[in-house]
Parts: sequence; C-alpha cells; structure tokens
Amino acid sequence: MLSKTTLGMIAAGFMGAALLGAPAFAEGSGHDQMKPTRLSWSFAGFFGHYDQAQLQRGFKVFREVCANCHAAEKLAFRNLAEPGGPEFSEAQVKALAAQYKVKDGPNDAGDMFERPARPSDTWPSPFANDNAARAANGGGLPPDMSVLAKARSYKRGFPWFVLDALPGIQYQEHGADYIAALLQAYKDEPPHGVKLDAGQYWNDIMPGNRIAMPKPISDGQVDYTDGTPATLENYSKDVSAFLMWLAEPKLDQRKKTGFRVLVFMAILTGLLYATKKRVWANTPH
Amino acid sequence: MSGPSTYVPKSAIGRWFESRLPVMGLVHSSFVAYPTPKNLNYWWTFGAILSFMLVAQIVTGVVLAMHYTPHTTMAFNSVEHIMRDVNWGWMLRYLHANGASMFFLAVYIHIARGLYYGSYKAPREILWILGVIIFLLMMATAFMGYVLPWGQMSFWGATVITNLFSAIPLVGDAITTWLWGGYSVDNPTLNRFFSLHYLLPFMIAAVVGLHVWALHVVGQNNPAGVDIKDVEKDSVPFTPHATLKDATGIAAFVILYAWFVFFIPNFLGDSDNYIMANPLQTPPHIVPEWYFLPFYAILRAIPSKLGGVIFMFGAIVMLVLLPWLDTSKVRSAVYRPVYKILFWVFIACVIGLGYLGSQPPEGGAVLAARILTAYYFAHFLVILPLLGLFETPKPVPASIAESVLKGDTTELGKA
Amino acid sequence: MATTSTADPTRRDMLYIATGAASAVAIGAVAWPFISQMNPDASTLALSSTELDISAIPEGQIVTIKWRGKPVFVRHRTKKEIKEAEDVPLAQLPDPQTDQARVKKPEWLVVVGVCTHLGCIPLGHQGPFDGWFCPCHGSAYDTSGRIRQGPAPRNLEVPDYAFLTDTKIKIG
Repeated sequence: MLSKTTLGMIAAGFMGAALLGAPAFAEGSGHDQMKPTRLSWSFAGFFGHYDQAQLQRGFKVFREVCANCHAAEKLAFRNLAEPGGPEFSEAQVKALAAQYKVKDGPNDAGDMFERPARPSDTWPSPFANDNAARAANGGGLPPDMSVLAKARSYKRGFPWFVLDALPGIQYQEHGADYIAALLQAYKDEPPHGVKLDAGQYWNDIMPGNRIAMPKPISDGQVDYTDGTPATLENYSKDVSAFLMWLAEPKLDQRKKTGFRVLVFMAILTGLLYATKKRVWANTPH
Repeated sequence: MSGPSTYVPKSAIGRWFESRLPVMGLVHSSFVAYPTPKNLNYWWTFGAILSFMLVAQIVTGVVLAMHYTPHTTMAFNSVEHIMRDVNWGWMLRYLHANGASMFFLAVYIHIARGLYYGSYKAPREILWILGVIIFLLMMATAFMGYVLPWGQMSFWGATVITNLFSAIPLVGDAITTWLWGGYSVDNPTLNRFFSLHYLLPFMIAAVVGLHVWALHVVGQNNPAGVDIKDVEKDSVPFTPHATLKDATGIAAFVILYAWFVFFIPNFLGDSDNYIMANPLQTPPHIVPEWYFLPFYAILRAIPSKLGGVIFMFGAIVMLVLLPWLDTSKVRSAVYRPVYKILFWVFIACVIGLGYLGSQPPEGGAVLAARILTAYYFAHFLVILPLLGLFETPKPVPASIAESVLKGDTTELGKA
Repeated sequence: MATTSTADPTRRDMLYIATGAASAVAIGAVAWPFISQMNPDASTLALSSTELDISAIPEGQIVTIKWRGKPVFVRHRTKKEIKEAEDVPLAQLPDPQTDQARVKKPEWLVVVGVCTHLGCIPLGHQGPFDGWFCPCHGSAYDTSGRIRQGPAPRNLEVPDYAFLTDTKIKIG
C-alpha cells in the first residue's frame, strides 16, 4: 500500500500543481472594490447541468436588453435548439431566426442585401463594426458576449486558489458570479469625494470601480412568462447562467462524460493494480 | 544492460522478417526481457507516463490541427469552432490544453525523482543531459502552442518573451525582428509558431528515443542507488513486472488528467485568454502558464533585462552542470540525511518562486523573489559541491537484493 | 522469472481477462472521438439543406444554386421540354429512367449539376438534346437530365427535395 509519506507527497504535489496554477487577475485599486460572492448554480459541481427554464429566461433578458449593444458572434440560432441548452423547439428557433435580418450577398447585381436569418446563421451584431459600436457608446466597446463568462474572473487569494481545484469545492464559475454581481453592484452616486468622468458610472464589482456601461437593467424591465419574480436579482442570475451556456454549451455533455470516464478509470486502475500485485506476488520488492 | 537479443520468432514469416529487420528482437530485448531493478518504486513509472503524455499530445494535436486556422483573423474563432461544432471538439481541445499541464507536472516529478535518487550521476550524465534537452524542447513547444489560440495572454506572452531576445548585445534587435517576421508579434509570427509547434514534438520523440537508448545502455537507477550485480537476484524482466506497474501508474495519472479535463478544464488557464488578442491593449497582469512561473520569477528578479535572460537560462544550465557539481559519492538521498532535507528545501524554493511568478512584481514580492533566486543558484553552485565533501552518508547496501531484504527503501512510495 | 502462485488458477485468469477486457474497452472508447471528429461538424450539417423560392423563376429558365458545396440546377420546364422528356423511349437511354420517376411536378426539374463522368459542371440549354452539354468530354443530357450520349454512365442525380409550398422547395 502507498506509505503515508508517499500520500503526503502526492497531496503536496497536487497542491503544488494547483498552487502553481494560480492565475493573476485584474485587481481593483479602488478602496471600495468588492469581490463577487460564490452563488449556487445548477451547473456547478460534479453532477452540474444547465436548468433549461433558467436558460430560456436568461435568453429573454439577453435578447431584450443586452443584445441591443452586445454582439454574440458565436451564437448560432440552431444552438438554441440543441440538447444541453435552452432547448427551444426547431420550429421556435426557425421563427425566432426569421425575426432577425442578416447581411448576405453580393447578389447578381453586385449588391449586398439583407434577408431573414435561418437557424444556420449566427446572431447578427447590433453594430456594423467595432468603430460603429464605439461611436454609439461614447467611445466604449461593448464586448462580444460569446465567451464572456469564461473571459471574466476574480482572485480568491490563498488558500482558495488551491482548494478551488479539489473535488467537492470545485469552483469553476467565477465568470458567472462576477457577471451576476456586477449587474447588481451599480450605485447611483460614487462615494463621497470621488468624481466620475462623463460616460463613467460607479460599480462596486468592476475592477477600478469605473465602468463605461450604464446600469443596463432594473426590476420589472423584462416580463417573465413562467411566474419567476421579475427582479434585478433574478435577471442577473438568469442572464449569467445563459452567458455561461453561451460560453460553454457542452458543459452538460462534458460532466456526464467525465463521470463515466472517472468511474471507468477507477475500475481500470483497480484492475491493473490487482494484476500487478498478482504478477509481483512471489518477488520480494 | 541490453545485450544482443535472444529472441527467436515462432513463425517462419517472423523469422524471415527478423533476419532482415530485427525489430521484434529489439522490442523484446528492450521492453520484454530487459532486466529491471526489482526495488523500483512508483516514482519510476513517470517515464512511461511521460511517453503516454507525448503520444496523447501528438494525437490530440494532429486532430486539432485538422480544424484550426493559424491566421490572426481566424485563429480565435477556429478554436471556438472546435469547441462548439466539431464532433467531440470540446474534449479534444481540453485534452490538449490540460495535457500540456499534465505533461509538465509529470516531467517535474520525473526530474525531482532524478534529483532525489541521484539518477544524474555517473554513468548517467548523457542520459540526464538528453533529458534537459527534452525539457527545453517541451518548453519551446508549449510556449508556441499557447500563442496559437490568439487570446490576450497568447499575444502578450509572445510579445514579452520574444522581446527578451532584443537584450542580446549587438544582434538582439535583428534576431527579434527575424523571429517576428515583422516589427511586432503579428500574423507571420503566428503562422511560423504553428509550423514549429507541429514540428517540435517529433523532435522531442527523436530525443526521447536517444534518452531511452542511453538509459538501456547503463540501466535504470533505483531507490538504493546501487547497481544491479546479480541479474537473477537484483532484477526482474521488464514484462510483465514493469509493464504492469507502468500501466497502473499511467491509469492513476489519467484519473488526475480526467479530473482536470472534465471538471475543472479552465482552472490552470487564464481567463484573459478568452479575450481576443488586442495589440493596442495590454492586460493588467501578464502571466505565463503555471509551468513557466518559477523561471518567470527568476527572470523578473534580476533588475537588468539581459541579466534576467541570462539567469533564466542559467537556471536550466544548472541542471546540465549538476552531474559535476554534486560531489557526493553516494547516489540516493535515502542514504544522505542532510541532502534529503535540502532537497525538500529546494523543492519549496521552486514552488515559492512559482508563486511569486504569478504575483505582480511589487513590494515584498520583489525581495522575496531575489532571495529565492539566490537560493536556487546557491543550491547548485555552493551547497551541492560542498555537501558531498562534508556530509556523512548512511551505509549504502551492498546490493539491491540486500536492500530489499532489509526494507530500507520502503519509505518512499513503494507498493 | 517469478513463479506464478499455485492458488486457484481460474481466479487469476479472471483477473487477467477482466483487466485485458477493460483495457480494450478503454482503447476503443478513446479511439471513437478521434475518428468521429473527422465526420462533418455541426456547422456543416446545419448547411446540409437549403430552401429556394421558385416563384421568380420564369418558364424556360434554369437557376443554379449551391447546395452542400455543389451546384444544383432548378429548371422551370416549358411544355415542349416536358413532352420531349416524356416521349423518349427507354430503350434509347444508356441509363433507363422515366421522366415521371425523376420529377415531383413536371414543370420543375431539380438535378445536381455535376456530370456523372468525371465531375465537371454541364452547361444548360446546350447540346443536341436541349438539356445540358458537358464541355469536358462531350456528354449530352436531355430535358430530364438523363444521359443520352457521351462517356457519362448515369443520369444527373436527383437530390432529396420537397415542395414546402407551391413556391418553395427544400433541397436536402
């Protein structure tokens, strides 16, 4: 059997590896910098999976609020019908796509033209290009949301950046927590004595506290058809879950496959170990 | 240790082929009949684990290359295409990205095993140096591979590291421009990094071949650090004994690998790399992947640009010089009570440097990095040469068989 | 060589068989994704069918659209062309097929525009049979897209298609 020292070293090695894996994130210099809290998500943990109803609500918020300024170039309409996501029906997706116009062409006359989108098309951007987006948003560029939930994170400090890797704790949802916290962290006024430039707003979660995006959403702004209360807190959670799916649409399949792989590998390792012991049975070592 | 093969194929076709190209005999003498010390512990399975990881990276890399586009306007999107549309693409990508980390984890453990048991000592110096060459090739491969997704860290990490070459006096700027293929990291750089990233692993495979050849000439080291004297008493045939032990080690390692790939696939990465590369905006903190952090810390610890580069490469040169710096006549740390402690101090120093490499170079971290850098070099240049002269080792067993009977190497991970 | 124990041989063999079988399963399970990733991916499959509005195509005209990377000819046939196609005796056809078997509505012929000889794109309204003529090696097709003379072995392929409405067809 593995000796205590070995086990200790394996643990140390694991921690060493995890410790070395600590990435650095943007640290706010504002003294009012708050950290997001770890929320409980249906897709977190060993058996995590997306909540279809939450994704559908989150999509509604995305569509009605965020998509006015933010692009989502990697979102294809057909993704909305695929398993592991909001799972709208094929007919719903076809109808939804047809409500949007995409650029196509050139036609035989040499002109570009617009046509209704099909499920195979990707989400059309609200602006023609980055410069147009900046011009319409006071110089700031609303980032594309396709992988936003994986492009945002926050530092937890020691020992969390080690422990977050361990089974049970397994914290991978920093991005979703960050986005959900940020949406609810707007303050009408900056703290006493702080002056904001034009086009800046105060947000407790944003690193540096100054954010170019005005508060995008408030209570009651989007109608929820399934009875969920139409509060800012629910909007924030639902759209963050949707953005997590948008960034990681294969999460359900990944965790399901992972479970099967781990169980199988545990069995295979056990069998190999037993075989090894049998083969070595008469050899002193 | 591997003499001419005694293998005779059973079939006539086998004998016909064998007399023309004795591949089966080579495999037999190297991996079946090959005498392996019977006291090896599980730290010796990491050679096989590394071979497995090399194959895994090559296979996942080749299939990823079927879908990746190495152009600045399309690279990031092609990776997302792999993640979303390619059948099992998400898994292949995560296998490859986390596989690199697993590869380095295994190589660091493999090197640590060598440091602890004196595997670098005569007559294994060439074997050890070949290993350092493999390590250097791995670092180059990993560095170029990280650039390929063309995220913010890809771009800015490439910018920082390629800029280091401009520190070389006289020819530095010309070399840097030549590396870039332009005046900054841009499309020519990305394209050539893709080509070289595909090429280098096959060079690694070739050097691994030399590494295993050099190993088989001198034979494995073992936890007692004494050579095989009696093949019957001290060793066992590689197959099935070592084959099965290696397979068990690989399977256990794959469990750890699978844990990362399927449940925490982005844990070892940097979220900034999910932002498309922007040459006009530097991220607040540029951090390399974890396996480069100790070297990054050493680089930043030295106040001069050229000095930092020299010390960073010097850290690896120390490994090359190690067989001649360590003056102890005893190989294995099992019998070196002082070295045993200093080994773990060295490991802690490297881990400390790694942590400091991840932090912004401000305040107390600067001094700490300098102290640990000084200790790193002192370990090789001062401690090891002197220790061999002053340390009183414990009595070394006369043979492997004797050490097994006494059970004095059972403290470290045998099963 | 270590001697095997004299304990119950079947238990030992069961262990070896189980380990061998589990290893084989592992290798097979790992191999599948590597093979599968070369199959068409989701974005390609999404483009595997296309819809066309045929209301704007006047009689006599052939429209070429792209489907799965290949050209598809959509021909609004005149009454003369339909009659020509239907009147051809099957014995004259290298690849016998009735016109009725190749169309859903007689006025609309939908065929893949790839010559069945070596893959060139035939030219419409050309050739001795008023169908298509392939300039590469001289294959001539009729108004039903059937090969009449030349080296091509088979008629132009009729893809899977359906009328969604009277004015819209879905191909693939």
